[in-house]
Amino acid sequence: MALPFGSTLLDSGLSLPILDKEPMADTDQIRTDALARIASAASAEALDRVRVAFLGKQGEISLLLKTLGRMDAAERQRAGPLLNGLRTEVADAIAARKEVIDSAAMDRQLANEAIDLSLPVLPEAVGCVHPVSQVMDELAEIFADLGFLVASGPEIEDDWHNFTALNMPESHPARAMHDTFYFPDQDAQGRDMLLRTHTSPVQIRAMVADGAPVRIIAPGRTYRSDSDATHTPMFHQVEGLVIDRDIHMGHLKWTLETFLKAFFERDDIVLRLRPSYFPFTEPSAEVDVGFSFQNGRRVIGGSGDTAGHGWLEVLGSGMVNRRVIDACDLDPDEWQGFAFGCGIDRLAMLKYGMSDLRSFFDGDLRWLRHYGFAALDVPTLAGGVGSRAGAAA
Amino acid sequence: MKFSLSWLKDHLETDATATQIAAKLTAIGLELEGMTNPAEGLAGFRVARVLTAEKHPDADKLQVLRVDAGPDANGGDPLTVVCGAPNARAGMTGVLGLPGAVVPATGMEMRKTAIRGVESSGMMCSSRELDLGDDHDGIVELPDDVPVGMAYADYALLDDPVFDVSITPNRPDCMGVHGIARDLAAAGLGRLKPIAPPVIAPTHPPATGIRIEAAEGCSAVLGRTIRGVCNGSSPGWMQARLISAGQRPISALVDITNYVMLTYGRPSHVYDLATLSGELVVRPARQGETVLALNDREYVLEDGMLVIADDHGVHDIAGIMGGARSGCTEATSDVFLEVALFDPVRVAQTGRALNLVSDARSRFERGLDPLFLPIALDILTGMIVQICGGEASEAIFVGQTPEEGRTISFDPGLVVSLGGLAIPVDEQEAILDRLEFVVTRSGARWTVGVPGWRPDIDGAPDLVEEIIRIAGLDRIPSVPLPRLEGVARPTATPLQRQERKVRRAAAARGNCEAVTWSFLPPALAQAFATQPLWVLANPISEDMKAMRPSLLPGLLAAAQRNLARGARSVRLFEIGRRYLRADDGTSAERLTLGLVLAGDRTLRNWQTGKAVMFDAFDAKAEALALLDAAGAPTANLQVMEEAGEQFHPGRSATLRLGPKNVLARFGAIHPRTAQQFDLAGPVMAVELFIDAIPAAKAGKGFARAAFAPPALQAVLRDFAFLVSEDTAAGDLVRAVRAADKQHIVEARVFDQFSGAGVPDGQKSLAVEVTLQPQGASFTDNDLTAISDSIVAAASKLGAVLRG
Repeated sequence: MALPFGSTLLDSGLSLPILDKEPMADTDQIRTDALARIASAASAEALDRVRVAFLGKQGEISLLLKTLGRMDAAERQRAGPLLNGLRTEVADAIAARKEVIDSAAMDRQLANEAIDLSLPVLPEAVGCVHPVSQVMDELAEIFADLGFLVASGPEIEDDWHNFTALNMPESHPARAMHDTFYFPDQDAQGRDMLLRTHTSPVQIRAMVADGAPVRIIAPGRTYRSDSDATHTPMFHQVEGLVIDRDIHMGHLKWTLETFLKAFFERDDIVLRLRPSYFPFTEPSAEVDVGFSFQNGRRVIGGSGDTAGHGWLEVLGSGMVNRRVIDACDLDPDEWQGFAFGCGIDRLAMLKYGMSDLRSFFDGDLRWLRHYGFAALDVPTLAGGVGSRAGAAA
Repeated sequence: MKFSLSWLKDHLETDATATQIAAKLTAIGLELEGMTNPAEGLAGFRVARVLTAEKHPDADKLQVLRVDAGPDANGGDPLTVVCGAPNARAGMTGVLGLPGAVVPATGMEMRKTAIRGVESSGMMCSSRELDLGDDHDGIVELPDDVPVGMAYADYALLDDPVFDVSITPNRPDCMGVHGIARDLAAAGLGRLKPIAPPVIAPTHPPATGIRIEAAEGCSAVLGRTIRGVCNGSSPGWMQARLISAGQRPISALVDITNYVMLTYGRPSHVYDLATLSGELVVRPARQGETVLALNDREYVLEDGMLVIADDHGVHDIAGIMGGARSGCTEATSDVFLEVALFDPVRVAQTGRALNLVSDARSRFERGLDPLFLPIALDILTGMIVQICGGEASEAIFVGQTPEEGRTISFDPGLVVSLGGLAIPVDEQEAILDRLEFVVTRSGARWTVGVPGWRPDIDGAPDLVEEIIRIAGLDRIPSVPLPRLEGVARPTATPLQRQERKVRRAAAARGNCEAVTWSFLPPALAQAFATQPLWVLANPISEDMKAMRPSLLPGLLAAAQRNLARGARSVRLFEIGRRYLRADDGTSAERLTLGLVLAGDRTLRNWQTGKAVMFDAFDAKAEALALLDAAGAPTANLQVMEEAGEQFHPGRSATLRLGPKNVLARFGAIHPRTAQQFDLAGPVMAVELFIDAIPAAKAGKGFARAAFAPPALQAVLRDFAFLVSEDTAAGDLVRAVRAADKQHIVEARVFDQFSGAGVPDGQKSLAVEVTLQPQGASFTDNDLTAISDSIVAAASKLGAVLRG
């Protein structure tokens, strides 16, 4: 805002008589007058008029400054700093006043712009991920840490992969227990087509395609012609398979313990292996996990044998039957390992507290939002594979 | 399989409590499903004597009884009981239910009530009411010497814990109490009492013969006749046990065969000799032949099923169920007793084809011990003669003599290398020994003889299982799975990773993921089919019969349900397979995303006013965003027609990479399709064919190309064209872009207008073009030249630059 200091344009030979006499008195009067008018300027326009009156081309102070050129050296030395100081002082005062006026103007404008922020934002759709998908991602994450690849296979299977190769030849009594959905169709090899009753045929496909060693999990849809309060004709299973040279049931036990501890994020998971029978494993074991009732809900943890606890069947497992390995063209004297299968919907229910399996497949938005997961709630080992209540979408 | 503690103790010498036995059953693989005491259900029922019986004053068929129920009931004074049973009479002894008792057959609690004006303080019960038999013709009659006031459960030997055990399909031996006792003894719970079959002294040659005409279905039959039997009720102890096993006592002969089946897992059959015509024959059924089975149902038999018949027809569906025609009655005096060895596979097939489940079938299809035939015959004969009287004939045997038992070569080291449990060899041998395997140790490898009742044991791993299951799986220590060498690698396939990205992207855009059935009502599936559907032969219902050829029907149905429940804005998606057919008869299962938008896109609100319905551009936005998330080259996609007849013909399109590869279809659902799903109002849908999206090229590294922003500022120029109404904006944009590929980096329609100032049949499209100077800034001449080429390119589509 300050005007240019000094001026080579001024004629140094001239001086104004008015200044010769009492420049001090004049400048004091001008200062008082200017400062008073600046202080009383109420708008940017009024202030600008003050500026023009004093510092404009024909302004009082500008005119005085023009006289400097006509003064002699001694006079100029005395009057120069005085006049320049006056100009600076007035210019600064104008600048300061301008800031006050501008700021007040902005305050007024902002006050006018005030809005009611208690009004709602535009409604936004909130999406979610189905618990079955979330749990499948959790499983993949947990087993990735143990080196298991995620494999898949067809849901419309042939009876060789679903039964025969798994040591369930035609009329094996276990076939009847599977409540199989059949198609009237056969494939080009004359095999009966059916809906896979378990994810175990993926074992066969993995071994046939890639040989050994194998470490896979295979999550997916499975089907049995069974429908009641706790069974749906479609459900989800995850299969696990490890084939290597020196794998035994101790490894199976550790893997299942590690998996369930990671899945439920609890160290007090206690498993009970019960001898059982599956045609595709030998020895076979069903796996129960200890739980207690808290607020009417099953909570996994603790031994099922302690007071107030019980055992809940969660898995079928065993050492892969030699006939199965043989059916996949691997040498059962060289390769052995374990397999397990587990209901995903059931795992989800146990972890996240749903009570009704049937509602999994209804597509009810209220249920999906209640039990679903936020899009960015991606299970990671670093962040925890589980999603705590309250963090869900 | 149900059995009582006392029954078990006939075969197992043990001090173990019922609770200890229950725990051990589960631990060795005979899973306990429940343990009950029938006496608990019979509390409040006691033995009572009818003192007087008089006609009810107001009812012809009722009597008013005065009943003595012992010193504890009613202070020892007689009770008044109204009874409608014809056999109720003074002096008889029966079973009285006191008020408060729960009738087992109905679950109803008894109360003191007035019946036609006479207050009744209890009920005299029939065996059916007690759930102990079928007899409903009259009340239970007990012998006169039974102490009055005794708890009926004590009298009937029903105060006896009952175990309910689930037997896996590999264990025929444990389909009988004796086999279960053997397993428990092996597990250290006592000593197995050996079977001591009676010595039968035949008095005559058999009165009929039997022959096998289907050797592949029946390898042996053993039988004999017994004459002069008296087929009354079976003894009380036997009835009690049958009841504990969930069987209703019928008659002594039938009960004996059931009892032996439940005790030794060995089914058999008794024919009333008087009903047989000529010799019995085991033969294949003739197509269409019928038999009335003992369950009172008629079965139509098919070729290949096995029956036992005589000259007049079928008596018995072999291994599954006997026929009503030759069943034993009270009048039966001479019988033919048959114990046969049927092929398990044949029995299973027949049972499945007839959908007929029976105790015999569940045992035959597990495979029975061929060596047990003569023992079973003698046990049965002994019991029949003892209980029903009569004289036994010589036995007749037809078929093959059973082979010697099998042996397995066994390395005891396998128990630790496969089973993960180090068990001393002596303990291993002891376990096998207690299970009645015959172990011959010869150095490191053993030879193990397999008992005839264990057809499931066919290799060394089975022996490992026997040893570790009896030793206890809880003894197996956990051993960490060896870590694989190297650093972590992705464990999901590229397709799986694509699927996950699309799922998370769809959810992030406000869509909710549903999981719907893979099967659909055929009509709805057909509406979306492009080739023959996969249709189930045995669906659970008509509505779940056809495999979905598209993800949209399931989602449309779900959207309808949500709208019906009052949802105003529905955004549902699903990622799953649609089921097509491959050329080789197998399935082609395509990973697909379906998405349905129904109702309001934006609810009415204070900012933009009225609610806004979804439109086809919402569907397009979802399709493009999700394709982008899947890694599809969205900039190169063409919008083409033929979304399918399920879509609105003017408001739907496909997104293609090249002319053939359809990556997605989207748009408004055809009103006719919407109607099929009871959907009113516009419904949008997207179907994304995830498996059609080209996978990212393998072998690409992680480093991106160097960042090289253009040195010179881009220039924007707007062009407004008049085009005919039916010109696609996309075609115009593509033409504009192609006008100068070097300098035009972007062309975007920002306005579409028709009406005042635009001739009829035409529309105005305004395009913003971004021009990027390369080496040097554009001169006016450069810009004029580019503009001219744009106008020229557009004119090929009939577009005219607006003045």
